[in-house]
Amino acid sequence: MVDARGYLCPMPVLMVQKAVKENAPQTLEILVDDECAKGNVTRFGESQGYKVEVSDTDDGYKLVFTK
Amino acid sequence: MKKVNPLVVISGVVVGIASIVLTLLGNPKNMGFCIACFERDIAGALSLHSAAKVQYLRPEIMGIVLGAFIIALITKEFKPKAGSSPATRFVLGGVVMIGALAFLGCPLRMVIRIGGGDINAMIALLGFILGVFIGTIFLKKGFNLKRAYKATLVEGSVMPAVSVALLVLAFLAPVAIKMSVEGPGSMHAPVIVALLIALVVGALAQKSRLCMVGGVRDAILFGDFKLLYGFVAIIVTIIIGNLITGDFNLSMYSQPVAHSSTLWNVLGMMIVGWASVLLGGCPLRQLVLAGEGNGDSAVTVFGMIIGAAFAHNFSLAGNPDSVNELGEYVVGGLSQGGKIAVIVCIVIVLIISVVNSNLFKKEEKKNG
Repeated sequence: MVDARGYLCPMPVLMVQKAVKENAPQTLEILVDDECAKGNVTRFGESQGYKVEVSDTDDGYKLVFTK
Repeated sequence: MKKVNPLVVISGVVVGIASIVLTLLGNPKNMGFCIACFERDIAGALSLHSAAKVQYLRPEIMGIVLGAFIIALITKEFKPKAGSSPATRFVLGGVVMIGALAFLGCPLRMVIRIGGGDINAMIALLGFILGVFIGTIFLKKGFNLKRAYKATLVEGSVMPAVSVALLVLAFLAPVAIKMSVEGPGSMHAPVIVALLIALVVGALAQKSRLCMVGGVRDAILFGDFKLLYGFVAIIVTIIIGNLITGDFNLSMYSQPVAHSSTLWNVLGMMIVGWASVLLGGCPLRQLVLAGEGNGDSAVTVFGMIIGAAFAHNFSLAGNPDSVNELGEYVVGGLSQGGKIAVIVCIVIVLIISVVNSNLFKKEEKKNG
């Protein structure tokens, strides 16, 4: 789980990039709380070969990366 | 991540056209739209500094904030948040302004000056890219100013409210505001036109996330050129506009409100690039984020305005090249104090970069 709520771009992408690089997970859950982060993290996930599912949460969005 | 985002390009073109139009309507040449210069003028208008030539309550700044605020409200992107190292951001805002005024322009004006043929700005771009590159090194080393938290509606509305208050002041109590009678501050487009244009630019910048620093930063970090196309679109639009209006002048010398002291142009923009990466965006982006309800960006903007006051109260800002009474060309640049301030700002940004990154944690692990 990467909790990137409260961070401005590019921090959310960097946090997710680090998690992907270090652990190469098959699935990864990410929490973000703004549109910019949602779009950028989604594009990053897709560029790494993940399928990205986005759902709304109380204070933002949950993104789930799966391979 | 390399796709072209049409909205970013359209925003860049609109900013370019806005700059040309505002210049034709009275704003200083090569300064149709400069966030740092206009915040400095506002600082002067509010008597925070007394440099008589740069005092005017520029409606463009309030327009950008309110344009971003209105569109964010409409599209439900107005989300009040704050608490990400606000004091550090205030200091960085001041540092960005001192660097920008050493060069005589923010990243947006650098791009506008490049579009006008100003070779000093083309050289300063190298310093800017170097600064952004250094900033990205610290981002990769774990630099962050910690997260922001959900804030109250009142907190998120501070910058839009301040913008409205300044406009009210401008219209209802102009006698309370200082206005230059000569120099760049005396040159301005009609208030209503400038405000309307800025509202459109603010709205577009909010939707497109247009950011001069973000363009170079994302290209370096991720090979993502999306925002950089906005940067390029502004330059191309302004070159075309200046060629049409006859204002394109490819030279280092006799450029409007600019100096040809190369080292200090480069170092000034290096500071702006570096510190803006740490802040998460250029001065334009900070205004837009403040309009979206980001209290940390509002604090950054206030830091920039105070930085402008410092720059002029202590004669730290760059002096434009000029022609003296004998008709000799005099190269401007920085005072001794200005040069010292630039060096001090570099040291401050370095310290902030180091203490907020994971450099020491790694050393501890190695030692352990």
